[in-house]
Amino acid sequence: MSERSELTIGHSSSASEASTPSDVTPAAPSRANWAEQAVADHAGAEHLTREEQVLARIEKARRKKSRVKEERITLSHGAGGKATHTLIDAVFLDAFRNPVLEAMEDGASVTIGGADESGAGGVRLAFTTDSYVVHPLFFPGGDIGDLAVNGTVNDLAMCGARPLYLSAGFILEEGFPVADLQRIVDSMAKAATAAGVQIVTGDTKVVERGKCDGCYINTAGVGVLERPGLLSAATAKPGDKIIVSGEIGDHGVTVMLARGELDIEADVVSDTAPLHELVADLLDAVPDGVRLLRDATRGGVATILNEVAVASQVAVIVDEASVPVQEVVTGASELLGIDPLYVACEGRLVTIVDPAHADAALAALRSRPLGEKAAVIGELKDDPPGLVLLRTSFGGTRIVDMLVGDPLPRIC
Amino acid sequence: MRFVDEFRDAATARALATKIAGLCEPGRQYKFMEVCGGHTHTIYKHGLEDYLPETVSLVHGPGCPVCVIPMGRVDDAIAIAEHPDVIMTSFGDMMRVPGGRGSFFDSKAAGTDIRMVYSPLDSLKIARNNPDKQVVFMAIGFETTAPSTAMTVLRAAQEKLDNFSIFCNHVTIIPAIKAILDSPDLRLDGFIGPGHVSTVIGCKPYDFISAQEGKPLVCAGFEPLDILQSVYQLLLQLKEGRCEVENQYSRVVPWDGNPKALEVIGEVMELRPYFEWRGLGFISHSALQVREKYASFDAEKIFNVPGVRVADPKACQCGEVLKGVLKPWECKVFGTACTPETPIGTCMVSSEGACAAYYNFGRFSRERVKEATHT
Repeated sequence: MSERSELTIGHSSSASEASTPSDVTPAAPSRANWAEQAVADHAGAEHLTREEQVLARIEKARRKKSRVKEERITLSHGAGGKATHTLIDAVFLDAFRNPVLEAMEDGASVTIGGADESGAGGVRLAFTTDSYVVHPLFFPGGDIGDLAVNGTVNDLAMCGARPLYLSAGFILEEGFPVADLQRIVDSMAKAATAAGVQIVTGDTKVVERGKCDGCYINTAGVGVLERPGLLSAATAKPGDKIIVSGEIGDHGVTVMLARGELDIEADVVSDTAPLHELVADLLDAVPDGVRLLRDATRGGVATILNEVAVASQVAVIVDEASVPVQEVVTGASELLGIDPLYVACEGRLVTIVDPAHADAALAALRSRPLGEKAAVIGELKDDPPGLVLLRTSFGGTRIVDMLVGDPLPRIC
Repeated sequence: MRFVDEFRDAATARALATKIAGLCEPGRQYKFMEVCGGHTHTIYKHGLEDYLPETVSLVHGPGCPVCVIPMGRVDDAIAIAEHPDVIMTSFGDMMRVPGGRGSFFDSKAAGTDIRMVYSPLDSLKIARNNPDKQVVFMAIGFETTAPSTAMTVLRAAQEKLDNFSIFCNHVTIIPAIKAILDSPDLRLDGFIGPGHVSTVIGCKPYDFISAQEGKPLVCAGFEPLDILQSVYQLLLQLKEGRCEVENQYSRVVPWDGNPKALEVIGEVMELRPYFEWRGLGFISHSALQVREKYASFDAEKIFNVPGVRVADPKACQCGEVLKGVLKPWECKVFGTACTPETPIGTCMVSSEGACAAYYNFGRFSRERVKEATHT
């Protein structure tokens, strides 16, 4: 029974390398000799320029084990970026450590009922959980209800599983209108029907006024893994192509604008949608060509690509001009000073595919309305490993790092 | 996207890059400072240095509003926020700036009510909606943002709001440029002038840079082609032996600035005798404070502000980075102890800070990625 109770923590995460650098050590070299010190630290690196030596030293620092430096939780810890990864690595993973959790994918893959320890002959299941605290509860194109169903369905789909059963836990604030709750639940029911899953168990808690913001929902989901093979961020190889299934950033920008704090109006709706059928088509079309599937939620496409770069030790090269983004999302992002690559989607996936199967994968995605804007946005190379590089539309080069801070809190 | 794409066109950039290369004298090194952090951000975000010859280097200047806030002022702001019934409001950039006792984010996590706003008028709205609270706006920025702060104070006065005030940290750009020019460590060939500040103060205040200091200045816009064109204009001046103040950003910057905005600043604020700048120390007549006439909107007068000077951490070399003496990666703690998620210095915090821009966008070896990004 023990394997069945493993939980995935958070939405998605990289391998344990994502790190917080250490403090200045007492033995930090003095200004006079630090460059020499850096050289000594990297014996065999004499051919590097001084700047490259510093960069090598930084990479080394980034690979050190994560540690939470803050004394209290800040909003950054929930943003899906660097701080979230650090928190998961240093607090949750350390406490709950086991092989299933350590894979750190969108959901856990477990085998039950096998004849022996290898699990041969058993049933392979995917298991995942996610909590929803989006504000506002209702937004153009969706609400917290369909988000809570689609998000968990998608996490199962990204494991390559056929979603089957969901649980639903509600935390409600004293005074919350029953009519609103009814609306949310109706929307969940509709989303569950559309996704072909059943909500088979649940829980309700009510807290005093002011102790939560109206309504929070947790869903967990179980799906069955019917295909052989394992999808993992660690299996990507140089030469692989990166595909996104549609225009990115719609959900994040919609929710941000729906808050009405910015007095900007734009014709954009959330992309929230179940992706399991799109995934099934893709895996049918290229059963051996798909290395990884991720839905680009918190932290956006950029965060996923960073996870791949680190987990597979490859260079991720993205061509900015080929990233599909609606003009209205580009415009709003410019005004808000954010990069659409970091903005959450709730109905878009990123996949890394074998280059020989890239055309077939793209065709499979484009054959469904949900994937008709799918595009190859870049490829993987071997050097420099661990970095995501962007060829900008302007014609320059820059890196795309993990998200730091939280420009858009409570987006899902 | 219209009004943006045309200023990011790669073909135009390539043509301009060829002209830039043609203007460079063989064997000569060129060093231009972009004064404004907005420019630094654009340069790294679009990978603009790929278009410049190796002999042309861009030095990042002090014009980043968040970067120049000294630690003591952050502590003062937090002390205000700790008063019961205070709602502190701030631009998002400020939230992670470390003071001696942590950042706004830390203070918020510990229980103070600090909220992010996009405009000082948003804090005014919060004040109207919370008559039983004291709402304070953390006012930062150069002449670019000072007019909107001043306007907000005037609006509050008009509405006779008695629960709104500003904690004024507005600074002025010219003294900062003077401090750079006085720095003996730096030999510059010219300046890329701060476009947004100039929409308010115009181009005339820079006259002394060309006339007395003998450096050309081109006031530049914030799209990558604006900056590339400004580099071209600077090189052309040098080639032709001219030394002038030019306005590349004439689609936004009037030569004489915006008299109305200057008038509003003058109505509400006056120069402080001196103000501390992060890493640069005290600079006289370099910042603004609220005039006596509007003292009831001045958080420094309403609240008990400790006003204690907090020394920068020893390891931090923000001062040298702000002056352009050090490239971000040359700082001892850059990227190891000091990163965007756990910043020691302010330059690592703001999106306009040179260290953050380099760390987030430019942290790679150009030589090494040439092959990787080759199409």
